[in-house]
Amino acid sequence: MKFLSNLINGISLGSVYAIIALGYTMVYGIARMLNFAHGDVIMVGAYICFFAIYSFNLNPVIGILMAVVVCTVLGVVIEKLAYKPLRQATSLAVLITAIGVSYFLQNMAQLLWSANPKVFPTIINGSIKLFGGELSISRTTIVIVLVCALIVVGLSIFVNHTKMGKAMRACSEDKEAAQLMGINVNKTISMTFAIGSALAAIAGVLMCCAYPNLQPTTGSMPGIKAFTAAVFGGIGSIPGAFIGGILLGVLEILGSAYISTELKDAIVFLALIIVLLVKPTGILGKKIHEKV
Amino acid sequence: MAAMLEVNDINVYYGSIHAIKGVSFEVNEGEIISLIGANGAGKTTTLHTISGLLKSTTGSMSFMGTDLMKTPADKIVSLGLAHVPEGRRIFQGMDVEENLDMGAFTQPKSSIKGNKEIVFEHFPRLKERRHQIAGTLSGGEQQMLAMGRAMMSNPKLLMLDEPSMGLAPILVDEIFEIIKALNKAGTTILLVEQNAQMALSIASRGYVLETGRVVLEDEAKNLLNNDSIRKAYLGG
Repeated sequence: MKFLSNLINGISLGSVYAIIALGYTMVYGIARMLNFAHGDVIMVGAYICFFAIYSFNLNPVIGILMAVVVCTVLGVVIEKLAYKPLRQATSLAVLITAIGVSYFLQNMAQLLWSANPKVFPTIINGSIKLFGGELSISRTTIVIVLVCALIVVGLSIFVNHTKMGKAMRACSEDKEAAQLMGINVNKTISMTFAIGSALAAIAGVLMCCAYPNLQPTTGSMPGIKAFTAAVFGGIGSIPGAFIGGILLGVLEILGSAYISTELKDAIVFLALIIVLLVKPTGILGKKIHEKV
Repeated sequence: MAAMLEVNDINVYYGSIHAIKGVSFEVNEGEIISLIGANGAGKTTTLHTISGLLKSTTGSMSFMGTDLMKTPADKIVSLGLAHVPEGRRIFQGMDVEENLDMGAFTQPKSSIKGNKEIVFEHFPRLKERRHQIAGTLSGGEQQMLAMGRAMMSNPKLLMLDEPSMGLAPILVDEIFEIIKALNKAGTTILLVEQNAQMALSIASRGYVLETGRVVLEDEAKNLLNNDSIRKAYLGG
């Protein structure tokens, strides 16, 4: 029963990683860049929701919506100001810029909201008891897993069956050819950042529901873990980000429960190294062979 | 009457390399025009410039009265100017039908089904393979898909870049038959080819490019009989 409880907690944590990883993987798929500021967008989302509930006494649902709107705008603005001018630059320049944006957001948050940790208010109360009370699952856990499943399904439908989603896939394969089809590549990249950042806001709120400690660096570790999850599953692949996120969450919780709490991060990154040694493209990543 | 496509004194640079040096030519409605020339002569660069993927520093380009120098790449296809790029550049991870849908990106939903039927009439093989992932098609089928994808946008002028590249002779014949049929059905064609013999045999006029310049222009049949052209491009 202890194992089952750990497993469920792992899936819940993994769901948060998965939602963040989806943002990483979509942005990488379209813009071919690792947006290391993604994790800090999560933190901003959580702060917005925190102040909406705590300072303005708003309904948590409105708080979440505000976080989503602010982060969506933030994501698009970051792309326009920081990354778009570097469209033709080397990937190293873009990477360093992304790290710069990450520090900028963290320090901005520290300036605005101080470095003192805030305790995120409880949004979802209670828990469900199963097996005569032996297994207790918090409602937060259930909500996180459901939201993640909903996002993955919704995103898959969007990318595979809508015109805009297909245009995104076209851009991710060949930007010049996409332009010849009449697809506006800049608009598509903007939209990808918007979607990724909206997901980051949701992930931030969900994460703080489960682990209610909020400070300016809150987003950085989950950001790196989610990046690991995206690489784990095969960067650029939506199902890959989902599987990678869940696996990583389960591994982290089980690792800290049965091996060592101190080593839980080391276990996660060790698993990444092993996966990359065995299958460098990640679990679902694939190489496309070009026919000339 | 003004030409359908007018290209006037364009210059294109790749960094410090001067790739296109004052190229001018025109395409009239209903024609098949061939741009021929060796590797590196600037044929592909010329098409990319017309499509807005590269920028010319001088001159002018217009398509049916629209200034192409001021039109961004993604707005050009909706003018009725479609480009089948060199190397096909189909979306490998999508299936055949999704590729065609991408070709119809600028088209109203109502016209997509009819256009698809027309594409399938010209390329019955694409219909058989409509749900196959494009990256798994043979080279000839990929070329057909690239052409079909461009046709989905209802082009008035179709630019084809090396459609015969890497294909078996029998497939080359098939592709050229289809180009002729498309032209007969009312589509103007701008054809870039290294296979000069083939290209000139179906063209009305031709331009010869050498190291970024137009060195000769004439009726296609005159070019076919021109001694220096025969020596340089037609194997004697």
